[in-house]
This record gives sequence, structure tokens and C-alpha cells, in this order.
Amino acid sequence: MAIGWYLVVSALIFAIGAAGVLVRRSPLVILLCLELMLNAANLALVAFSRMWGGEDGQVFALIVLVVAACEVTVGLGLIVAMYRRQLPIDVDDLRELQG
Amino acid sequence: MAATTFGWLVLLCPLVGMTVIALGYNRLPGRSPGWIATAAIGLSFCFAIAMLVAVLNRGSSHRELTSSLWSYATTVGVGAKLEILVDPLSIFMALVVSGVSTLIHLYSISYMTSDRGYSRYFAYLNFFVFSMLLLLLAGNFLLLIVGWAFVGAASYLLISFWYRRTTATRAGIKAFVINVVGDVGLVLGTFFIFTHTGTLDFLQTFAAAPHVFHHDSTDLVVGCLLLLVGAFAKSAQVPLHTWLPDAMEGPTPVSALIHAATMVTAGVYLIARMHPLFELAPTAADVGAVGGCLTLLIAGTIGLAVTDIKRVIAYSTMSQIGYMIMGVSAGAYSGALFLLMAHAFFKALLFMAAGSLIGAMAGDQSLDRMSGFRRAMPFTFGCFVVGGIALAGLPPFSGWFSKDDILAYLNHRGGGFEIMGIAGYLGALLTALYTFRMIFRAFFGDPCPEAKELEEGHLAHAEVPTNPQTGESEDTDVGFPGPEHHIAEREWPMKIAMGTLALLAVVGGALQVPGVDDAIRRFLAPTFAGSPLAAREPSTGADWIGLVIGAAIAAVGIAIAYRVWVLAPGTATRVRERLAPLYQLFVHKWYFDELIDFTIVRPAAWFGQMANTVLDRTLVTSIVTDGTVGVVRAGSAAVRRAQTGFVRYYVALMLLGISAVVIYFLISS
Repeated sequence: MAIGWYLVVSALIFAIGAAGVLVRRSPLVILLCLELMLNAANLALVAFSRMWGGEDGQVFALIVLVVAACEVTVGLGLIVAMYRRQLPIDVDDLRELQG
Repeated sequence: MAATTFGWLVLLCPLVGMTVIALGYNRLPGRSPGWIATAAIGLSFCFAIAMLVAVLNRGSSHRELTSSLWSYATTVGVGAKLEILVDPLSIFMALVVSGVSTLIHLYSISYMTSDRGYSRYFAYLNFFVFSMLLLLLAGNFLLLIVGWAFVGAASYLLISFWYRRTTATRAGIKAFVINVVGDVGLVLGTFFIFTHTGTLDFLQTFAAAPHVFHHDSTDLVVGCLLLLVGAFAKSAQVPLHTWLPDAMEGPTPVSALIHAATMVTAGVYLIARMHPLFELAPTAADVGAVGGCLTLLIAGTIGLAVTDIKRVIAYSTMSQIGYMIMGVSAGAYSGALFLLMAHAFFKALLFMAAGSLIGAMAGDQSLDRMSGFRRAMPFTFGCFVVGGIALAGLPPFSGWFSKDDILAYLNHRGGGFEIMGIAGYLGALLTALYTFRMIFRAFFGDPCPEAKELEEGHLAHAEVPTNPQTGESEDTDVGFPGPEHHIAEREWPMKIAMGTLALLAVVGGALQVPGVDDAIRRFLAPTFAGSPLAAREPSTGADWIGLVIGAAIAAVGIAIAYRVWVLAPGTATRVRERLAPLYQLFVHKWYFDELIDFTIVRPAAWFGQMANTVLDRTLVTSIVTDGTVGVVRAGSAAVRRAQTGFVRYYVALMLLGISAVVIYFLISS
């Protein structure tokens, strides 16, 4: 199968993720959408790696997974903290960087 | 040991003394800093004598020795060496300086007893003596300039010694600024000479000078005139003299040591040291002689009018140094240096006696308030009279032989110099007048309250210490004069110092009596060996005629003073009223302060003001600084609006940016 299809799917997923980040206001959904974007990139990486027959792309994808896991941990931690402090769960209301 | 080794030791003693006293601040008990300082200078004097003996053991043509410890830099002919020159002239000066300094240190031990800055005072004083000896023993221009500047700094420190008196600090600044003008003159003069001779070393310079300079060549004249600026500033000659009367704000022993006996004679020493150059540049030498002549007359007339006793002596110092400058510039080297030595003795003595008198007046210096101290302070009175007679020049005191030695030379040399000789005799009349005005006003007449108290054994004590210049009351804490005053009658160190100087002032003249002996001329001969002017000495007969005229003039002056201030006490007031404009001129010190203020200080202050308002405020602050700040502020205000805090907005911008970059690369590839 040509690489084009993989890339199209990847681009679509990325676009969906980006659109989600842009339009949704709940931090939880934004995190999910970020995951989508990262995994779209992963898909492209793995596809290219298959195309060239090397392992570099796969390694990159693994690293992205690790980073994504870290990012989700921090993000979810933040959301839990916000919830505990009874802050609004809405990124548009959380505009000021104040403790 | 070689003479130069002793030369280094002469320098080392005061330096060690200064260091010990400075480091032992607050640890040395009681009067011990004073004794350490005195011992250091006394030792220095002993080494100076050893230097003299060592040099006298050599043949008269081998008496110029140099010694160099190390060299800082040797490039393109600049031999920047730590080098001393030991020759009869420097030995003579070192002997005078260290000898008189020892006595003044001794006097200070008592005089400064109750001052809170006791050890600071002696550290400064030792530093001064070190600097002065460095100046005198320097073997090249570089070290001379170093010593010259050090001496100015020491003078500043000691004038402003009572640093919480505003008058004293202002006087210190004035002295320092004028001295720096002199330093600049000295450095530039050195440069003019160095560019031609290519060496900084004195002896090499003098050896090279006749070959590289024509007679009276422009560069040499300019160089020598610049050296004269240095000499005039240091020696308080017109028009750079205004700092010296103000320098009397310092403690009285400082006035005696620095502003009478030693530092102010540095200009005389400089001209004497540079005599081979000045003889090649007669124009510059003539300017020096005329300057000295003017100073001796102007200072003499001011001395007649001012009433502050220390300032009268200060003007007298200027006048006497005028004689010396006139003498060395005209070629009467041995006479001028003889007067320098005699003057150091009797002027230090006069200042010490004045200090004792001021002590008895509880710090008051005005002649208007002093009278009748003759019976209350017999010792001080005796010393003051001895100093006064020596200054006025009655036989057989030292001032008589020395001053008239210069005047006889001037009259003998001829060619216009007779006019200066006559001016010198006029100055001698003024000298006798103002000296005995002081003596008659302070010691004769009805005793003032302080004198009466003292006759009964009570030393006057000011309830509230005041500044004698402004009358402001002041503290006796650190930075002011101490609470107690000391008079020679009650303090043996003061008595010894004054007694020794009085003795020297009487017998010092015996060193050089025309036709009998001339120890000073013979001793100094190797230094002035190559000088045609020094060889042109007047005959013994002419010398004696000069001496008789001088004595007669001094006697006439004293008689007039006696008539005016003792026999008919109202005369002075009548004369003052009849010659009101002249009196105003004298009492305002010939308006030199006002003139300098008007021509230099005001324009400089105006320029500073202008630089502040126009250059600094308008140009730098409003355009350069505020302009930059404005640009940054406007830029950040524009950028700040992008910072909304909406996360999604940032994401959108980021996506747009990245898309733009991607599209750009897609298109450009």
C-alpha cells in the first residue's frame, strides 16, 4: 500500500486533534485531543519508518509515547488539583497566572 | 657604608614610622605614637648626618652619587627607576628638612596631646616627611613627580586634619586643587625637556641639555616656565599663592612644618636643582625672579593689614620664599639656600611661639584680642622676639646674613637686577614692620583678660570651643581641635623644640659670614660647579655694604613699628583712615581671591552648571536615556496586547505560525 494513505489518515487525525484543542474548553478534552495529535505524528513516523526500512522512526515513536505519558500525568495532575480547589474546569476562565 | 645607603635609610625611617603608627591605631597607648614618630624622624636626621660625613670624606669632584634599587620600566629611553641622587644640594635639604621636622614632631607631642586624632596626626606627619625626603633625594624626574604629588596629598590631609570644620576642609580642597595645577605644570615641563634629552635621569639631563638645546630655545623656555608653574604653586608665589593663608586652618605645628619650613620651599629646591636648565633659558629664569620679587612685595603689604596672627606669619612666609625664588632664579644659589635654611629655623620658631600664644588665648588667633603677654609668657615672648629679629634681619641673627646675601648678589649682578635688589630692601622694611607689629600688639600694652589670668597661673579655657574663623561653636570630639590647649611654659617638649630653634636662629648665620667663612657656598659648590652665575659672587666689601644697609633698614622698620604701635597707639588707625583705599586693597589681599574667583572659579562653575542642565539633563537624560526607554516601552505595550491569557488563542497562533512555515518551505522547495 502506498504511503499516501497513511499520511492522509495521519493528517486527518492531526487535524481533528488540532480542531479539538482549538474549539473545546474543557482541559480534559484538550488533553485527549493533544494525545490525538501526538499519535497522528506517531502514525506518520511509523509509516515513514516502514517506507525506508529503518528503525529510527520506530524509536522516535516510542520516545513520543513516553513524552505523551509524562504529559498526560502532569496534565491530569493539574486537572485533579484544579478540581480539589474547586476552580472552574474551563481554560478560558483560567486566564491569569496567579497562585 | 656608602653615602647612598644612608640615603635609602633616610627615606626608610619615616616610612616605617608611618606604617607602625598607622597599623597601631587605637593600640598604641597615650603619647607613644608621638614618640615613635619623633624617633623615626630623629633617626632619619642621624642618617642624613651620616650621609653628610660619608660625602665629605670624598673628594669635592666625586660628591654626586646615584643609586638605583630597581627599575620599573626601561623602554624607548624612559629609564623609570627607583633612583636617588645624593649630592651636596640634596644632603643640605635633607638635613634641614629632617632636622626641623624632628623638632616640630617633638613640639607636636605636647601640642596635640588632647586631640582625639593623635595617632592619625603623627601618621600623616611622618608620611609628609617621607614624601618630602623622597622629593629631595629623587634622582630622576619620575621620582621627583611622585614625591611632589605625595607632598601635596600630605599637605591636603593635614590642612583638613580637623575634618569636621568646614573652613578647614574647604581650605584643604583649595590647597590641593592649586597644587594639582602645579603638578600638571611639572609633568608637562618634564615632558618638554624629556622629548629633547631623551632621559629622565637628572645628571644625564643636565649633561645633555647644552648639546640639545640652543641658548633660550623655545621648547626649553616653555618647559622651564611649566616647571615654574609647579614651583610657584608649591611655593605659594603670585598668582598661585591664595591657598597658603587658608592652609593656616591646619594645626599650628603643621603650619610650622609644611607651610613654612619645608614643603613650600620645594619650589626653591626645584629651581636650584634645575639650575643648568634655567641658566640655558634665561627668559624663564627672569620670569621666576620677577614673580618672586612681586610676591615678596605683595605678601609683605598684606602682612601689614591682616589681623589673624597665623595668617600674618603665612604672608611673611610667602614674602620670604619670594626672596628665595628671586635669588635662585637670578643665580644667588647659595644665598637663597642659606636663607631657606635660616628661614626654616626662625619661621618654624615663630609658628611654634604663635601656637603657644594661641594656646594661651584658648584657640583665638586674632591680634585684635591679644595684648600684653610679655610678663605672662616670658619664654614664648623670648622665642617670638628671637624669631622676629631673625626674620626682620637685625645683626647678628641668621636672617640678616642670609637675606642680604641674596640682595648683595642681585645688586652685584646688575643688568636690571638692581631694581629687584631695591625692591628686596623695600620688602625688608615691610618685613620689619609687620613682624614687630605682631610682637608689639601681642606682647606689649595692657594685658588682655587671658594674659592677666595666666599671670595668676590659670590657663584660659574656652567654655564653648569655637572656630576662630567663623565663630561657630564646635565640638571637641574627633575631627575638631581637642578640649585643652598647651603652652610652651608648661610643656618641656615644646620648650626644648623652641629653645633649640631659637638657638639655631641666632647662631645659624655664622655658617656664612662674608670674608670670614662660607661653609654653605663651599659645601654646595660641587652641585653648582658648572654654573657661570654661581661663580659671579660679589666682593666681600660689597657684601658688607649690603649687610649694613639691610641692618639699617631693619632697624628703621622696627623703630617705626615701635613708634606706631607702642609709643602712639592711635597712629595705626589714623594712617588707616588717611590711606583708606590702600588699606582696603591690602586687607582684601589685593583682591586675588576675588580675581581668581571671577576669572576661573565662576566660569568653571558656570560651565559645570551648563553641562548639567544642557548636556546632561537635555541631551543625555531626555534624548538618550528617555528616548531609549520610550522606544522599549512603546514596543512592549504593542506586544503586551498579544498576551491575552487564552490558551486556545495561543494554540491557534502557534498552528498558524507552523502552517505558515510549512507552507513557505513547501512553496520554496
